[in-house]
Amino acid sequence: MRLLRNPSLVAGFVMVGGVVALAAMGPLLAPHSPSAIIDAPYMPTGPRTLLGSDNLGRDVLSRFLWGGANLVWMAFGATFIALTLGAAVGISAAYFKGWTDEVLMRVVDLKMAFPSLVFVLLFVTMLGTSLPLLVLLCGLSLMPGAARVLRGAALAVVDKDFVQWARSVELPAHRILFREILPNITSPLLVETGLRLMWSISLLAGLSYLGYGIQPPTSDWGLMIYENRNALRVQPLAVVCPILAIAVFAIGGNLIAEGFARAFRQTR
Amino acid sequence: MTSAAPQTGLAVRGKSVSWLGKRLAASLLTLVLITMLVFAATRLLPGDMALMILGKDATAESLAALRAQLHLEDPLWRQYTAWIAGVATGDLGYSVISRVEVAALLTPRLQATLSLIVLSLAVSVPLALVLGFATARREGSVGDKLVLFGSVAINALPEFVLGMLLVILLSTNIWHLFPAVSSLSPGQPVLHQLDKLVLPGLCLVLLQVTYLYRLVRAAVIDVMTSEYFHFARLKGLPEGLILRRHVLPNAIVPAVIAIGTIFAYSVGGMVVVETVFSYPGIGSALTQAVGTRDLPVVQAAVLIIAVIFLISNLVTDALAHSITPPGKGGQK
Repeated sequence: MRLLRNPSLVAGFVMVGGVVALAAMGPLLAPHSPSAIIDAPYMPTGPRTLLGSDNLGRDVLSRFLWGGANLVWMAFGATFIALTLGAAVGISAAYFKGWTDEVLMRVVDLKMAFPSLVFVLLFVTMLGTSLPLLVLLCGLSLMPGAARVLRGAALAVVDKDFVQWARSVELPAHRILFREILPNITSPLLVETGLRLMWSISLLAGLSYLGYGIQPPTSDWGLMIYENRNALRVQPLAVVCPILAIAVFAIGGNLIAEGFARAFRQTR
Repeated sequence: MTSAAPQTGLAVRGKSVSWLGKRLAASLLTLVLITMLVFAATRLLPGDMALMILGKDATAESLAALRAQLHLEDPLWRQYTAWIAGVATGDLGYSVISRVEVAALLTPRLQATLSLIVLSLAVSVPLALVLGFATARREGSVGDKLVLFGSVAINALPEFVLGMLLVILLSTNIWHLFPAVSSLSPGQPVLHQLDKLVLPGLCLVLLQVTYLYRLVRAAVIDVMTSEYFHFARLKGLPEGLILRRHVLPNAIVPAVIAIGTIFAYSVGGMVVVETVFSYPGIGSALTQAVGTRDLPVVQAAVLIIAVIFLISNLVTDALAHSITPPGKGGQK
C-alpha cells in the first residue's frame, strides 16, 4: 500500500493500463472496419468519420482503435523474453562464476556492441518480418542489458549464508538459482521490467514506422504515423493520435521503472 | 617516503597499462566475434541469397553469375576469410542494387552522420553543463522538477516520435521555420547546408542533453552537499572562485566520461532520426538497404556502426578508468 503513495509508480501504471485497455477494447468500439475505405483520402472530420479519413480514405478513429493491439502484446512479449532470459543468464553467470560467467558475459558484450535496432534489422533482412519473429528478436536484443544488471545484483547475493547453506546441502542448481537467489533480486528485476517495456515499445513502434515491423494493410500506430506523415497540414489527427498513444505507453513504462527505483532506494 | 612514492606511481601506472591491455584484448575479441556474427547472419540463415536478391523471375545464368560474384559456391570459412581480407583493406564489395562500390557509397554517408553527431555534441555539452548547474542550484524548485520530468519524458519517447513531434511543431502545423526533409545537395560540404541540419540536429541535441544534464546535475548536487564545499564557503571564498575551483571540475567529470556513451547512443538513435528526416547518413543507408536486401551494404553498414559503438565504449571505459579518483572506485 506504501507503493500507492508513490506518484511515479501510480502514474506509470495508470498510463500503461490506459493504453492496454485502449488497445484491448478499441476493436470493440471501432465504428468501422479498419480496412474499409469509406471516404476520399485525407478528409477532415465528417458525419461518418469522427477524426477524418487517412491516406487511403479509411476511418482514422477506427484505425486508431485497432492499431494498438499488436504493439501492446508484442511489447509485453518482448519484455517477457528479455527478462526471463536476462534473469537466467545473469543469475547463472553470477552463481557459477568462472568460465560460465566469462562465456555468458562475452556473449552479452557481443550484443552490446550493436544498437538494438541495428541488431534486429540485420536479422530482419534475412528472415523477414513475421510478428513472432520480431518479438523474439526484440526480446533477444534487449536481453543482454537485463542480464548485466541482474548479474550485478545477484553477485551481491551469491555469497550470502543462505546460498552457501543451500549449496552445502546440495540443493539442485536450478532451485538455488530461482528459489534462493531470484527472490532476493526482485527490486532490480521490477525496475528492469519498466525499462525493458519502454525500450520494447520504442523498438517495435520504430520498426513499424520504418516499414520492417507490422505490415500494411494491418492497422498499427507506428505504421499510421508513417502512412500519413506527408499530410500533416490537412490531416494532423492521423499522426497526432498514434503519436500520443505511443508516447503515453512509453513514458508510462519509464515512470514504472522510476517509481520502483525510488521505492527501493527509500527502503534501503 | 621519497623512495616509496615513485614506486607506487609506477605500480599504479603498471596496473593501468595491464588494465588497458586486457580491455583492448577483450575489445579485439569482441570485434572478431562481431565480424563473425554479421557474416553468419547474412550467410548461414536459410534461403538462397542470389535468389533473394534477384527475385523469382531471375534466369539461371544471372543467378549463377551473382553466386560467383558473391563467392557463394566457396566453402564458408573461405568466404569469411575473403570477406575479412576485403574489409581489412577497405574493400567492402559492390552494392547489388546500384553496382557501386560499397566503400564509395558509404563514405560520404558516414561523414554526414559523424558531422551531425559532432555538431550536435558541440551544442549539447555546454548546454547540458549550463542546465545541470542551473537546476542543481535550485534543486527541488518547480523549475528543476519541470525540467527533470521533461527530460525523463523526452528520453522515454521513441526517436521517430520525437522527430515527428519536432516536424509538427517547427516545420508544418504550428510554426513553419525549417524544412522537414533534409536531403543534402551532393557535392556541397555539410557545413554549408546548416538549415537542413537543424531538425535532425535538434532531435539529437534533445536526446543528448536530456541524458547528459542529469549527470551534471547529480554531480553538482554531490559537490554542493560535500564538506569541502561548505568549508570553502565558511572560509569566505568568493562564490565564483568556489564554482570554478570546486564545482566545475567535479561536474565536468561525469560529462566527459559519458561522452563515449552519448556518442554510441547517438549513433544508434541516428538510424531512425536520419530516416525520419531523409538525412543521407549511414543509418538511412542501412534502413534503405534492408528494404532492398542489398546484403553487402547491410553487412558493411552494420559492421561500421558496431565498430563505432565498440570504440565509443572503449573510450568511455578508458576515460572513466583514468579520471575516476581511487576512493570512488577508480584505479587502486
